[in-house]
Amino acid sequence: MSGEFAIAAALILPLLICAGIWLVGRIPDLREGVTLVGAGALFFIAVTIALKVSAGEPVELSLGEAVPGLEFAFRAEPLGALFAVVASGLWIVNSFYSIGYMRGNRERNQTRFYMCFAVALFGAMGVALSANLFTLFVFYEILTLSTYPLVAHKGDANAQRGARIYLMTLLGTSIGFLLVAVIWTGALAGSLDFVPGGLLQQAEGLTPVVASALLLLFAFGVGKAALMPFHFWLPNAMVAPTPVSALLHAVAVVKAGVFTILKVAIYIFGEEILNATASREFILGVACFTIVTASLIAMTKDNLKARLAYSTVAQLAYVTCGAMLADPAGFLGGSLQIAAHAVGKITLFMCAGAIYVATGKQNISEMRGLGKRMPLIFIAFFIASLSIIGIPPLAGDWPKYELMQGAADADLDYVPYILIVSSLLNIAYLLPIPILALMPPPGSGEPAQYKRPGGAPMLTVAAPCFTAALCFIMFFAVGPMSDFLAPATGERVPAAYMTTPGGQP
Amino acid sequence: MIEFISSLVPEDLAAHAPALLIAIPMLMAPIAAFMPSGRIAWILSILATGFSLVMAIVLLSQVQSIEGGAVISYAMGGWQPDAGIEFRIDALNSMVLLLVSAIGFLAAIFSWPTVQAEIRDAKTAMFYAAYLVCFTGLTGVASTGDAFNLFVFLEISSIATYVLVALGATRDRRALPAASNYLLMGTIGASFFVVGVGFLYAATGTLNMAELAVRLQGVQDSKAVFAGYAFILVGLGIKAAMFPLHQWLPNAYAYSPSFVTMFLAATATKVAIYALVRFLFTVFGLEFSFEGSTLIWILMPMGIAAMIACSFQAVFQTDVRRTLAYSSVAQVGYMLLGISIGTAAGVSAGLFHLVNHALIKGALFMALAGVVLTYKGTSLQDMRGLGRSSPWTMTAFAIGAVSLIGIPLTAGFQSKFALVNALFEHDWWWAVAVVMFSSLLAVVYMGRILEAVFFRAPTNPNKRHKEAPLIILIPLWILALANIWVGVQGGFVAGLAEDAAASLFIGGAP
Amino acid sequence: MLEFILERGNYWAIIALMMIGLYIAFAATNLIKRLIGLGLFQTSIILFYTSLARIDGGTAPILFGNDYKKDKGHGDDYAAGADHAGDAADAAYGAAKAYGEASIENVYSNPLPHVLMLTAIVVGVATLAVGLAIIVRIREAYGTVEADEIRAMDLEVAIAEAAADTERGKAGTV
Repeated sequence: MSGEFAIAAALILPLLICAGIWLVGRIPDLREGVTLVGAGALFFIAVTIALKVSAGEPVELSLGEAVPGLEFAFRAEPLGALFAVVASGLWIVNSFYSIGYMRGNRERNQTRFYMCFAVALFGAMGVALSANLFTLFVFYEILTLSTYPLVAHKGDANAQRGARIYLMTLLGTSIGFLLVAVIWTGALAGSLDFVPGGLLQQAEGLTPVVASALLLLFAFGVGKAALMPFHFWLPNAMVAPTPVSALLHAVAVVKAGVFTILKVAIYIFGEEILNATASREFILGVACFTIVTASLIAMTKDNLKARLAYSTVAQLAYVTCGAMLADPAGFLGGSLQIAAHAVGKITLFMCAGAIYVATGKQNISEMRGLGKRMPLIFIAFFIASLSIIGIPPLAGDWPKYELMQGAADADLDYVPYILIVSSLLNIAYLLPIPILALMPPPGSGEPAQYKRPGGAPMLTVAAPCFTAALCFIMFFAVGPMSDFLAPATGERVPAAYMTTPGGQP
Repeated sequence: MIEFISSLVPEDLAAHAPALLIAIPMLMAPIAAFMPSGRIAWILSILATGFSLVMAIVLLSQVQSIEGGAVISYAMGGWQPDAGIEFRIDALNSMVLLLVSAIGFLAAIFSWPTVQAEIRDAKTAMFYAAYLVCFTGLTGVASTGDAFNLFVFLEISSIATYVLVALGATRDRRALPAASNYLLMGTIGASFFVVGVGFLYAATGTLNMAELAVRLQGVQDSKAVFAGYAFILVGLGIKAAMFPLHQWLPNAYAYSPSFVTMFLAATATKVAIYALVRFLFTVFGLEFSFEGSTLIWILMPMGIAAMIACSFQAVFQTDVRRTLAYSSVAQVGYMLLGISIGTAAGVSAGLFHLVNHALIKGALFMALAGVVLTYKGTSLQDMRGLGRSSPWTMTAFAIGAVSLIGIPLTAGFQSKFALVNALFEHDWWWAVAVVMFSSLLAVVYMGRILEAVFFRAPTNPNKRHKEAPLIILIPLWILALANIWVGVQGGFVAGLAEDAAASLFIGGAP
Repeated sequence: MLEFILERGNYWAIIALMMIGLYIAFAATNLIKRLIGLGLFQTSIILFYTSLARIDGGTAPILFGNDYKKDKGHGDDYAAGADHAGDAADAAYGAAKAYGEASIENVYSNPLPHVLMLTAIVVGVATLAVGLAIIVRIREAYGTVEADEIRAMDLEVAIAEAAADTERGKAGTV
């Protein structure tokens, strides 16, 4: 399979899946089969692309120019390949989960649901594989528009309101800030391509003020990265069914946002210019503020999905933080966080959904002692929580470590403290949930009853267990992953890594 | 494809294309008026506008035959300029002619069901006659090279427009005061224009636009020329619905028959902007228009004011047609902003947006015509739930709406991108902020409509048919797909706009 | 100063008529009066152009005397070229056009603006006709030709429509 064909396949396949779902929509089993087979094929293609990238083969595709100067071009590089693999791989898991959830909850409009999912993955693939800002912007918008029906799925007034806020915020920030930043970059540099080392190196007239303004526009224009104060679409999007929250708001949509910020930091600004930009520190400060504040807000939420939403906001700011540290360790930490957080958060969301399907409960206060009835769910929740908190030997440990390393490299003392505070807050708002469920203090009363006979569907339990196991496995895969990402993030201090499990220097 | 079509036309015919393009609809108009049945008049108007479209394609290929754009000079009746009236087709004209004739043709095709529903049977033949007269006037404005002749054609089209708007009284009697207001303001505008032309004639002794351009070089300081410039600017500004001279537009668009709204929204203001560009750049020349800084201080603030004020007004409307009408005025502001930048890139962006906006509003209003046909009402409440009952119509509407907002892969995005690019190159940061702000307002008012259409339960009790008839759907989808085509492969239209702008900057005089 | 004003008396008259016409068109509430104002405005424009056509010492532009004998053909040669327009212009204008070798002995006024104004008169008449037709229909539909009464009636309809819309909006919310 040539590189060109692989990229073309990665893009066309989700559209074919969408068409296939539409055609066989009447037959639920066949329809789900299309999704599963298609997702599997997409994962295979994404892995192929990643292998080609690591082998150093060029993987490019150009679809011609929309208008002279604006080209639809795709090129796979390590960061994008990682995002593509994560997104497509977790789509398979999420599809299994969706089958269990949607059928268990007897949701309506399932065909439209799966179709929109496929189009959303099309958007995510496009974002991951884009070679210039124009293509990225186009697919970024496709992602926004295709996920809007998913957020509004339930159709009631609440869902519509949440979906409206979702759409307005994302469209508003992308048209109002991101588009301006893209066009401005084009005007400054004469092109929109992602260039290793930074496109803006070629720009004339790049004063520090201009660079600062541009960086601000980019950071706040990428609304999907949920940087405060444009984060509020994320809690509002929790009106969506849980599979949507799991894949999109833990994996595809939000990761597309922080991925964009990383790409801009690495390939548009580049390490040098980024270090010289004044507003970098400001955005770093905003990211740290987001981490702490969102975690604090999460502690006050009783609704499980709301708490997880704010937790996502905080965890996403890790990636922005890493991008703004502007050194290889920071970039690496941010990139690893994309993968680690995705796996961890999807587990948490899937558990939340399973609990909802089984018992109808959404509030944490009602989940005491539920671990007796649903042990597997809460064990998976526990493992994923540890990963998010950052405890070895789980995946979430490495991003934190790299970020602290990057902060040390950049001579920024306050960042490690922020990260430590964040971990403590994570413990405070995440751990009580599984612990109180599995080991309720005496006198808590009867755990909640099953709303659905037979409890949670088997698939909705199996999927989070699988991803929890992934959290564990990913810890050991960090060595190869870092090597894979090195061409993108730059050379880092090599002595920090040991390939044997466990242990930090 | 353009070469192919123009090769089908015999040489003799092609040589007279400029004249035939206008003459055939003009001759068909009285014939159509006397037809016994409206259907025959409808067929005649399709034939006439189709013929004009072919002629426009021929002209385009002739203009494009020379690198940089040829200038076709056609002396009407063999009388040489500048005693005789000359029709002068260059890159700018040919683009506008192609646009107007294409829209006219599509509009004529789709019109039959809506005209049957909204106009009395006895008047249908006359209605089509008036339409052909309006079409003649608009294409005449776009072709002529004589200043007074432009006034004549402008008035021909305008008077026909007043009649067409007033015929909306069958549906809603408020069309009549709207037409009366439009008549008043439009006549004042055209009269201002003719006063301006009078001043120019007094100063130079000629009415031919190319000759004017040459002779005005010598009389730049004359107060008569300044007065003429001011009068022409204001006169054409009224016709182009430049803020704050736009008050006639919302009522006229809201209450006229749906077909008329669609045709006017896509062509009338565009032709007036063309006339403005022609005078500013070709007749008066760059130095005069910019030296006094008049362009900057008039067009640009008015453009910005239009974008902000009218986008806000659009947000607060309850009737979808009024929303789109205010949106049209705001979009005219975009075009004027692009033109006022004064660089080739800016003018090219403004012209690009001119064409794209015609496609966008054409599609939107055509879809609304389908809605009026089947559901009778166009308020926001009436539109609820239509996404389910007429999916084809509403999807085309959604494509037009998305294009208006400026989502990538649509025509509106391309022209906005070009405009902001031109603004950046000229270092007008604040203008970029205004453009983005009004785009956000567009998201609000179009988003509201789309939400009502696709995500709300229907409340409209008038459900006569489910979907608009095929004869409306096909031209509608042609326009909607044209939006997407320009969004994905905008090279052709962008090229036309760039050639047009380039031809203006070389200098209008031959 | 006085001569400056008196010499341009015709233009002052034109301006006065133009402004009176415009004012009537804006300020009158009766629609027919508005049309009259418009007609006045258009008339002033006609006067403007014909003022431009007048040449000092010029007579009606019909060839006579020696000029008549020279060329019996239609006036290709005598078209706008030889005559000059505009004593209002301050600066010199471009070269006069001379078709063929014709040299004119007598001084004629410029016929071209008159021709243009014939067209403009026709346009004005057509506009007036359409305007009056619309007013007739307004009378039929509204029962009045006073603009403020019409606006009041339209406002009532608009308010009723808006109220009905809000009702439906509330009723139809799922």
